[in-house]
Amino acid sequence: MGVALSRAIQWSSEGDTLEKSPLNNDILTEILLFTEEFGDKHPHEARLTFSEPLQWKTTLEASDFMSDLTLYDIRGESAMSQECDDKGCPLLHLSPPHITVHSFYHMSNLVLLNKDKKMKEVQTCLEANREPMKKIFGPRSPTIHEDKLFNILHQLDEKLLSIAVRPIMTIEGRLSPAAVNTEVDLLKRFCGTGENRALKSVRYTSDYVFSNGCRSPPWRQMDGEICSLIIETCDTEPTLFITCNTSGVFLDEEINGEGGENSYRRKSEAYKDLVTLLKNMSPHFAKASNEKDFAIQDVPSPKKILHVETVDAEETGQTLKSYDHEEKNVLEKARHQLVRNKPGGRKKKLEPSLKWKNLGLTSPFDEAEEKARKSRESKRILEYGTKSPASQNKKKANFSGSSLPGCQSSQKIKTPGADDFSESSSEDEEDEEQPERRAEAATDLPSEYWQIQKLVKYLKGANQTATVIVLCSLRDFNLVQEMCQLAIRDVGGLEVLINLLDTDETRCKIGSLKILKEISCNSQIRRTIADLGGLQTMVSILDSPDKELKSLAAETIANVAKFRRARRTVRQHGGIKRLVELLDCVPDGVSLSKEQERDVEVARCGALALWSCSKSTWNKEAIRRAGGIPLLARLLKSPQKNVLIPVVGTLQECASEKSYRIAIQTEGMIEDLVKNLSCDNQELQMHCASAIFKCAEDKHTRDLVRQYGGLKPLVMLLNQAGNKQLLAATTGAIWKCSISMENVAKFQEYKALEILVRLLKDQPEEVLVNVVGALGECAQISENLATIRRSSGIKPLVNLLTGTNQALLVNVTRAVGACATDPENMTIIDCLDGVRLLWSLLKNPNPEVQASAAWAICPCIENAKDAGEMVRSFVGGLELIVNLLKSQNKDVLASVCAAIAKIAKDVENLAVITDHGVVPMLADLTNTGDDKLRRYLAEAIACCCTWGSNCVSFGEAGAVAPLVHYLRSNDPLVHQATALALFELSKDPKNCITMHENGVVKLLLVMIGSTDEILQEAAASCVANIRRLALANEKAKYGPMTQQLLTSPPP
Amino acid sequence: MSAMNRKIIQNLAETLCKQVKHFNKAESGCLIRLFHGLVGEQAERRAAHGLDRVRFRNILHNTFGMTEDVMMDRVFRVFDKDNDTYVTVKEWVEGLSVFLRGTLDEKIKFCFDVYDLNGDGFISREEMFQMLKDSLIRQPTEEDPDEGIKDVVEIALKKMDYDHDGRVSYSDFEKTVVDENLLLEAFGNCLPDMKRILLFEQRAFQEPQEH
Repeated sequence: MGVALSRAIQWSSEGDTLEKSPLNNDILTEILLFTEEFGDKHPHEARLTFSEPLQWKTTLEASDFMSDLTLYDIRGESAMSQECDDKGCPLLHLSPPHITVHSFYHMSNLVLLNKDKKMKEVQTCLEANREPMKKIFGPRSPTIHEDKLFNILHQLDEKLLSIAVRPIMTIEGRLSPAAVNTEVDLLKRFCGTGENRALKSVRYTSDYVFSNGCRSPPWRQMDGEICSLIIETCDTEPTLFITCNTSGVFLDEEINGEGGENSYRRKSEAYKDLVTLLKNMSPHFAKASNEKDFAIQDVPSPKKILHVETVDAEETGQTLKSYDHEEKNVLEKARHQLVRNKPGGRKKKLEPSLKWKNLGLTSPFDEAEEKARKSRESKRILEYGTKSPASQNKKKANFSGSSLPGCQSSQKIKTPGADDFSESSSEDEEDEEQPERRAEAATDLPSEYWQIQKLVKYLKGANQTATVIVLCSLRDFNLVQEMCQLAIRDVGGLEVLINLLDTDETRCKIGSLKILKEISCNSQIRRTIADLGGLQTMVSILDSPDKELKSLAAETIANVAKFRRARRTVRQHGGIKRLVELLDCVPDGVSLSKEQERDVEVARCGALALWSCSKSTWNKEAIRRAGGIPLLARLLKSPQKNVLIPVVGTLQECASEKSYRIAIQTEGMIEDLVKNLSCDNQELQMHCASAIFKCAEDKHTRDLVRQYGGLKPLVMLLNQAGNKQLLAATTGAIWKCSISMENVAKFQEYKALEILVRLLKDQPEEVLVNVVGALGECAQISENLATIRRSSGIKPLVNLLTGTNQALLVNVTRAVGACATDPENMTIIDCLDGVRLLWSLLKNPNPEVQASAAWAICPCIENAKDAGEMVRSFVGGLELIVNLLKSQNKDVLASVCAAIAKIAKDVENLAVITDHGVVPMLADLTNTGDDKLRRYLAEAIACCCTWGSNCVSFGEAGAVAPLVHYLRSNDPLVHQATALALFELSKDPKNCITMHENGVVKLLLVMIGSTDEILQEAAASCVANIRRLALANEKAKYGPMTQQLLTSPPP
Repeated sequence: MSAMNRKIIQNLAETLCKQVKHFNKAESGCLIRLFHGLVGEQAERRAAHGLDRVRFRNILHNTFGMTEDVMMDRVFRVFDKDNDTYVTVKEWVEGLSVFLRGTLDEKIKFCFDVYDLNGDGFISREEMFQMLKDSLIRQPTEEDPDEGIKDVVEIALKKMDYDHDGRVSYSDFEKTVVDENLLLEAFGNCLPDMKRILLFEQRAFQEPQEH
């Protein structure tokens, strides 16, 4: 019951209770029956004491044990068994509601005593004891006495599993094992060797078929899995691992990885059947199946084909026509037999094709998998009869004696605990976890594999002369091909190549690096090189006086350092400093001497390696500290284009750090970046644009871009719409540059807006984010609003409001908001129902989107016709926005306050939001110190005061005193809004008293002296209200007599 | 050293530096003096002819770090252009000009001459085998212990034999090395490495200042 309990049973989402499901019900019933009968069926085993008792909270009471007084003693509330263990502890002990049970005998009794609540009792018991097997047997393996009990429980476990698996077979309308089987058999007939085959091969990962027709192991069947397939298509690389589940078929990322049976991940969406999946994955298959009228679109259901004949090997691999014909024939035959066999209902008999048998692929695959799971290295040794790489290395070391010092030095061991601290990285993690590809069966290995194996064998026992010959020969293989790359690794070649780097032989090192440089394009090779300590050695080679060697080492480091751990290794072994030193060359002229050329090559490779390394934040800092920035700045002036790409690449990568952005500006690099925007290399242009994108957050940088004439080339680059990466970088740079109004004017001149609007369609999201961002900035100038409208940009913008990309939504809402400030634009937005879309974005979980949407709503309400009516028409809309006042985000709060101020201009809506409790919520926010929030909060309060008793309510909620203090803020915008709010609030006498107590008069008197007329008036009116109250008060006290005295202003 | 001798050396240096590339007059003079120093250590009878094989091999081994017997003998043969079993002062300076400062082309020629054991203008399979016979550890367990070496010879031939005549001609060799510099010393170490060269030049050419 171990496996069944841990896998089959369905726990609730909290994980502490069992879900109420039919499956759980079946399992519980089974366990209940088992427990009930246990005492009778296995009297001996029932008496065995558990290693640890099962404990839970029961509903039983002592009185329930009355019926069995021969067995149990009752003392007041508690009950215990007369039977005790060897320490004198009773085997059952109840002190309600807790119960402790030590053996199945008492479990049985207890269940029988329970009468109507048996099921509940079993369930609570299981919930409280998640791993009953562990408790029963303890941590050790069962003793001989317990063995029988173990077996009994194991049988129960299997029974439970079969119950759990049963639903797979019965559910209608989902995939069934039989359907999959039929489909696989059909697909197998489209495999072959010829040019025109639709597929290369189809095979199951397991040949064992369970009684229910599934091939997946039971614990996977729990998840509805039927079987796993390996399909080689003619065009996808290299093999598809497919899992057939009752809910559909999907691609697997990995089967039987190191993490055990569960470490596969679903990679694709689920398709309804194999043919659909294959058509989606393999264009070749789709084409072949459509063209050749395979008629596999409608896969015959298992009921239809009851008998299929095996296809001869000859049938495959023929010319198109005959193949086509044969295929039709097969189906014909199948259909024919279908008719013939239907009444008989003969038993299904499927045989693998001869071809299949010949390939030896029907051999028990379980075994092969088992092997694959073991260390690949040892597998190779077993299969190919070579000695273990370790012993060979040792031999190598012995043989070459002094020439190979410290071959297997301890530094080669992977630094333990190196992964302990994490570092931030701007890299996407795709490279981090690459699936280990399954080793191909020995029969599939091409001749190159054996040749490489032989060469590596020689390499292990060669002196430097032969080593160089062998290395050169090894380079003649197509090292770009993954097969060759992995072959070198699999035969232990990487160890030898890396060992060679530790020798004194320059030529061997160069030869080895030339190979490593090529094969390190493969992510698995990179990992192995890093694991074998290759990076440390290569870093130390950077000190070599040989320039070719240095360049090669740096270039290989550039390839290997594509994942985080490798980058860290480079840094920790002083690689960054050395790489920065490589940059130190002065290539001035256009024509260079041979020696200078070599220097430039060293610098280029150094920059390449730094580029790879700069994807980690810590490395960016390390490059800066090693003095890399001035060197990069100097290289940036170089006319050598091949150096410029890695240099600008590194710079744009590092520009994510503020220190670099400042340096790029102060070291005069903007000029060079702008200059290279007009070069003829798209990659270089892209990196330059990307660097400007990152740096142009700074105003001075934006001005510099304009001053050096960078805006025009940027607009020109917008026409390169084919290169999406370049387009993303360019639009990004334009976006950031357009934050400065002077730049926007230039963009207007270059007609950038029209081009940007055209880019609103059919672009990847990263481009759209930037385009919309740029439009949003440009729209801050009113004449551009008309331009956007004229080039029909409003509609695509509003359409983008339905997207999901958060960054895009933030920008789109901002742009739409900006557009809404123009009444004509607003009419279009209104027609497109844009306000409703904006409003629904308030529900977005991202606070940035919420805030941006709320800001955009403000001009919409301001400029829409019948805005009040429109807002009311959004069902639940007002409640939604009021509830956002509970947000923790300052910007959300400010934007929502601003929107509420606009909403409150409509009296009916104000009444509604008052009902939703806007007053106390606003009052709660008054203690904020944030000037932006203060301003809009005061505005909202001012607008909300005009309804009913809101003015009084604000006072009662304690909003007045904090507002008075806003007048001490340094922000004049806060002053204006606050004065208006105070003026509204001063219409209530109590509020006046509070204000007066908080010293408002003196503050307001200062405000009356302001040049801002609205502020003047609001402040004065507020003072007037306070004064009037005072007068009324005096009048009440002293009568009209004193009125004359009081008409003069107070001192 | 007498004034007379010095005069002779100066004249000789003057003529040699005109005939031999890469060395100026002062450097030639230094090399001549060095040659005389080395010859002087030999027995009187042989000194008349120049450096003998043993003496020359010692220099190759101690100064230039060569280890392989075959290669040292061959380098001696290539230095000894007139095949009189002695390296004369002219042969010494000429040889060293390639040895220390040769261009790639000169070095290719030099190496090819070293590897062409019988001087027939081709490097044959047999010659390669001869030169590579100690380049692999032998597996005593294997039926034919030379199999690996034969295989390496075939690999080398496959890489170098552009005209597919089963042997490596000078143009084959040249093409191969231009294509892949690493194969300059394909069949054995016959040129000194950078470090040794620098060390040698430093010592040889600094002498005049010391005197």
